[in-house]
Amino acid sequence: MMTASVHPALIFFLGALVVALLRGKAQSVALVLVPVAGALNLLGLAEGEVARLTIFDYTLTPLRADRLALLFTYVFHLATFIGVIFALNVRDTGQHVAALLYAGSALGAVLAGDLITLFIFWELLAVTSVFLIWARRTPRAIAAGFRYLIIQVGSGLVLLAGVLVHVHQTGSFAFEFIGLDGLASWLIFLAFGVKCAFPFLHNWLTDAYPEATPSGTVFLSAFTTKVAVYALARGFPGTELLLYIGAAMTAFPIFFAVIENDLRRVLSYSIINQVGFMVTGIGIGTEMALNGTTSHAFAHIIYKALLLMSTGSVLLMTGRINGSDLGGLYKTMPFTAGFCIVGAASISAFPLFSGFVAKSMVMTAALEEGHGWIWLVLLFASAGVFHHAGIKVPFFAFFAHDSGLRAKEPPLNMLVAMGLAAFLCVFIGVYPWPLYDLLPFPVEYHPFDSTHVVAQTQLLFFSALAFTWLKLTGLYPPELPSVNIDVEWLYRRAAPRLITGLIGFIAPIDLAFRRIALVRVERAIDGIFWVHGPRSRIARTWETGSKILTVVLLFVIVLVLTYL
Amino acid sequence: MIADHLPALQVVIPLLAAPLCVLLRWPGPAWALATAASWATFGVAVLLLIAVLEQGVLSYHLGGWEPPWGIEYRIDLANAFVLLIVAAISAVVLPFARRSVAVEIPEDKAYLFYCMYLLCLTGLLGIAATGDAFNVFVFLEISSLSSYVLISLGKDRRALTAAFQYLIMGTIGATFYLIGVGLLYAMTGTLNMVDLAQRIPAVADTRTVQAAFAFLVIGIGVKAAAFPLHLWLPNAYCYAPSVVTAFLAATATKVSIYVALRILFTVFGPAFSFETLEIDIVTVPFALIAMLLASTVAIFQTNVKRLLAYSSVAQIGYMVLGISLGTVTGVTAGIVHLFNHAMIKGGLFLALGCVFLTLGSVQLRDMAGLARRMPWTMAAFVIGGLSLIGVPLTTGFISKWVLIQATLEKGLWYFAVLILASSLLAVVYVWRVVEAAYFRPVPESAAEVSEAPLALLVPTWLLILANVYFGVDTSLTLGVARRAAETLLGAAA
Repeated sequence: MMTASVHPALIFFLGALVVALLRGKAQSVALVLVPVAGALNLLGLAEGEVARLTIFDYTLTPLRADRLALLFTYVFHLATFIGVIFALNVRDTGQHVAALLYAGSALGAVLAGDLITLFIFWELLAVTSVFLIWARRTPRAIAAGFRYLIIQVGSGLVLLAGVLVHVHQTGSFAFEFIGLDGLASWLIFLAFGVKCAFPFLHNWLTDAYPEATPSGTVFLSAFTTKVAVYALARGFPGTELLLYIGAAMTAFPIFFAVIENDLRRVLSYSIINQVGFMVTGIGIGTEMALNGTTSHAFAHIIYKALLLMSTGSVLLMTGRINGSDLGGLYKTMPFTAGFCIVGAASISAFPLFSGFVAKSMVMTAALEEGHGWIWLVLLFASAGVFHHAGIKVPFFAFFAHDSGLRAKEPPLNMLVAMGLAAFLCVFIGVYPWPLYDLLPFPVEYHPFDSTHVVAQTQLLFFSALAFTWLKLTGLYPPELPSVNIDVEWLYRRAAPRLITGLIGFIAPIDLAFRRIALVRVERAIDGIFWVHGPRSRIARTWETGSKILTVVLLFVIVLVLTYL
Repeated sequence: MIADHLPALQVVIPLLAAPLCVLLRWPGPAWALATAASWATFGVAVLLLIAVLEQGVLSYHLGGWEPPWGIEYRIDLANAFVLLIVAAISAVVLPFARRSVAVEIPEDKAYLFYCMYLLCLTGLLGIAATGDAFNVFVFLEISSLSSYVLISLGKDRRALTAAFQYLIMGTIGATFYLIGVGLLYAMTGTLNMVDLAQRIPAVADTRTVQAAFAFLVIGIGVKAAAFPLHLWLPNAYCYAPSVVTAFLAATATKVSIYVALRILFTVFGPAFSFETLEIDIVTVPFALIAMLLASTVAIFQTNVKRLLAYSSVAQIGYMVLGISLGTVTGVTAGIVHLFNHAMIKGGLFLALGCVFLTLGSVQLRDMAGLARRMPWTMAAFVIGGLSLIGVPLTTGFISKWVLIQATLEKGLWYFAVLILASSLLAVVYVWRVVEAAYFRPVPESAAEVSEAPLALLVPTWLLILANVYFGVDTSLTLGVARRAAETLLGAAA
């Protein structure tokens, strides 16, 4: 049993309840206290602790705190802390409650020691997070939220199917290494893949995240995909297929990100790209690669939150988010611009920023294991990241042409949250060893040797040069006020059209069938009523004599039977 | 000293309080006395259960006469549990009774009502406490005669015919039981159940013993309202005063089921009942038919009390099915459902009592839109209904879970399917009430009614919350039921 601590998710769920009941200042205080209380609770949670729960005949393991799970637990607390500070000025209790429930579900999922618990929190993640999208309350956000919810819940159902088959085959609920063999593992893999935004399964992310509220996106970027990364790292490390999937994930979003106008959507594509690095690490499966994956997840949660907070601030203060509408904001929002640049430097893996100490581990591991082509793709992706996330986002928001907007700095709490995240980005970048100590395996990696530093600096330098050159010669794709749709075209355009056509064809047939069926059902009910209704032979009050006759008849039957 | 006499006190307290009620005359004091007696009885039942859990079987010799010559009160886990059910339900129902009786029964007859109620309680407790087969008949008659009177006190004039028909059926049932006991006495020369169990094997092959078995099974079947011997039940429940319906529905049939357990397992022994005579050939099919047919009939009822009465017939089917499986898990399911169904139906009928008190009717059409005017009462009904259906976290779920486990243990998966199908029918008839109360508009002509008084709501909610509590914490109910089942089956082995 647990010693000094309760299940971390419990604190967040109870905290959500408290926050729901409070208003005004008290609510703000409670909101900040929840992750703090969670962190204090973690102090009492020793590594390797396991809690079991017996329901009927099944033993569940709602808590398994090994190194891998704990790392994610720490960073989720950190992200919640930064996120709630950023969201303090939001006067929408529903959003706060949803955010805390969402964070609690993420904690529950990474601490789950069995597949049933994992499934429960997997679905909770979906249904709690969708409110952060709906909270924007625009028709687009509502529609996007529904698409998001359908896909997320669908992922849960696939997971459930996989888990049931898995349990049937192995007889065990334990969530350990699964590996790709047989139907069960493929179903579970697919479910993880949906949440992890595998190529062709990724559209919910770029569709829904940019539609969420400014603070909602910060939470969304931190939890869902990272839970999936954790689940893959737990269940499928060293699966070769993940190498190629991960590499594809790092590369393809770059093209979409470059032509995308909505800066938060650009960052959403870059989430996929970054998660791609993590997935590749899992595919490599060596100790160094898995260390790279987890440290990258840790660093990415913070700098992506920072970037989304700065763009969210811009959205909040100007009401616009398209690159074509923005520009020149550095004059009036210098702090936000500065924080954005720190985030951009981190995601681009500048030496001395957090991305550098984490990401290069995966790439080094790829090279060591002889995956040369994968390494090349990752290299291209690194350059691409710098291009679209590192330069494009801060450039178009705060510099580029002067859009004439003179927005003020966002409220203090937002600046504090961004400052906190920026500090962490630099701190981890300069002094990564505390982070390395938390990783699942011992670290024998020195980020600041000359090869790494020089290679990365060269890469960044030439990438910057390319951007500048393209910009100066006018070859860079201009920021056009447009909406880009990628694979989601299939279900946002093609499927509705196909379905409308099919409905026109099927509807009359369906109608006829239903009419026939309805008549049948009505007749059946009439029949049942005739036999069972209050006036029927069974239900009406019998004559006393008939009642006695029943008793006697039954007695005779029993008597005959006993005599036989 | 007092502690040694607990088994006798269990029965004597209400028995002595009953005539005192007649002497008191006024409704208020009579009610107070009855309630005090009932609570004392409940205390005794709790002490008895604790004593049995600690010391094992208690044997009390009435008047100091040694069994098998004297009457023995023999309390083991099975009847300690049943005593607790009966006493607990009565302790909750009586506080409810004061306001309800004041409305439904003429003031000058109220003291008689409390007297009869206590006698009925005496009878039910006596049946459960005694270890003497003939003594069971005596208490059976005490409880039956008093319940005929209680039912006939109903406001509707049809209560009289219902009571009369119940009287005829009840008497036939009791007579069958008496004939059975008489035949056994003729063959063995004893009336003590434990003594009977030892002597029957020697004469088990005789036609007389087999006939006795048939008489006993049918006699108890009538009293337990086991399908198709249930015909007296719907009218009796429907037209009786609300309090009486709640009390009888929660206790009377349960006690009869308990007698069935005693006769089948303790007196004749499972080997004789299920292997030699194979009584399950008759009981299992009828139990299954009861589950499905009675539930279907319930769906079409327009009077909610009657609807719940038919639901009771179906629920008794569950108990009979569990017992007829003859395994420890099966008997556990039957016993635990005794307790759980007492909570469910007690709570539901009390909720209906609240409705009848304020609305003056429990017709479905009169209950349209009632949830807006009586939110607490209808919320109680909904939770009770969920428990009746067997939704997880309620007692009903626990019963069905164990019962389904018992069927699967024996590989009878199609029984499990039928149990689930019957649960679906329960969804339909509970939903009909919910639909009327929550989704239909209040009729224009409806009288202005408001929420039932607290004196009625508190006992109702007490039983309803017990449904939730025992749906989560099953250590008392399931634990005792399993041990009781092991005792019943083990005693014969």
